[in-house]
Amino acid sequence: MRLFRDEAPSKKQAVDRLRLILVHDRAKVSTGLLEQLREEIINAITKYVEIEEDEIEIELNTTETKAELVANIPVVRVRRAIE
Amino acid sequence: MAGRVIVVTSGKGGVGKTTTVANIGTGLALRQKKVAMIDADIGLRNLDVVMGLENRIIYDLVDVAEKTCRSVHKALIKDKRLSNLCLLPAAQTRNKDAISPEQMVTIIDELKEEFDYVLVDCPAGIERGFENAVAAATEAIVVTTPEVSAVRDADRIIGLLQDREIYEPVLVLNRLRPDMVRRGDMMDVDDINDILAIKLLGIVPDDEEIIISTNKGEPAVLNSQSKAGEAFRNIVRRLEGEEVPFLPVNGEPGLFGRFLKLLNGK
Repeated sequence: MRLFRDEAPSKKQAVDRLRLILVHDRAKVSTGLLEQLREEIINAITKYVEIEEDEIEIELNTTETKAELVANIPVVRVRRAIE
Repeated sequence: MAGRVIVVTSGKGGVGKTTTVANIGTGLALRQKKVAMIDADIGLRNLDVVMGLENRIIYDLVDVAEKTCRSVHKALIKDKRLSNLCLLPAAQTRNKDAISPEQMVTIIDELKEEFDYVLVDCPAGIERGFENAVAAATEAIVVTTPEVSAVRDADRIIGLLQDREIYEPVLVLNRLRPDMVRRGDMMDVDDINDILAIKLLGIVPDDEEIIISTNKGEPAVLNSQSKAGEAFRNIVRRLEGEEVPFLPVNGEPGLFGRFLKLLNGK
């Protein structure tokens, strides 16, 4: 009984943990998800800037509290006009 | 018209697949449907026990696949209570490799010509037993409980079902405890809907009657006093296309809760 216990209800932890777990599970399980994402990011970005395609790093990182998509994309030059 | 072939699956073990099959099968049969239940959990069969039919087994699924018995009908066990309900039991002394997905398809293709529903009780896990159970199914019921591990596995299973072209599995949320939901110690239906994002078929409250009914070998759906039985009767109606409102799952507050409400003037 909560009266005699000062912990917060645990449901929120369950939901938060589950969300993070599933971000990771789904990204890993669905083969090609990150590959496809990479491809589309390249397509979108190259309209505006010239990039080093071979040097691109895209990672899905999870910490205790959040998941983040980290993309490291070296830019060679910015285009003058959208092609 | 061929019958519907529905696999009941979960990924994680012990969340209530077999109980769900027994209750939905019995519930459909109570509505005069012709129902065949297949226990695909070769080596760890249990649907026979939950149905109270364990003493009547002569032939099993593997015997049918290997043609040890002349026809699938020889292996079908008629339910004690409902003559339009049948069980095809799993083999107990073999393993999951004793049968192939192709053999399952052949057996189920024959059954679905005769039955309105063929329900397949899928074993836990995502290996051969899962492949067998899913092979002939065109619909799926995913069973989960409101726990992180069970929901995670359900999510994985939903992905695997979609790979097998079962795009719209439906969800049974089993063993919900209204008291724990109320005090914020259990995920509720909305949380799980939000995470899994598949259509909800039913919510089954945690109910001692389920254990009692398993002790007796009589599915709870036959017991008009059982809360879980009522939930399964509603699930059956929804499967048949009726719109049935979900039972209130947050429950009534207990005596102490009501007292608090009074104090708060609510």
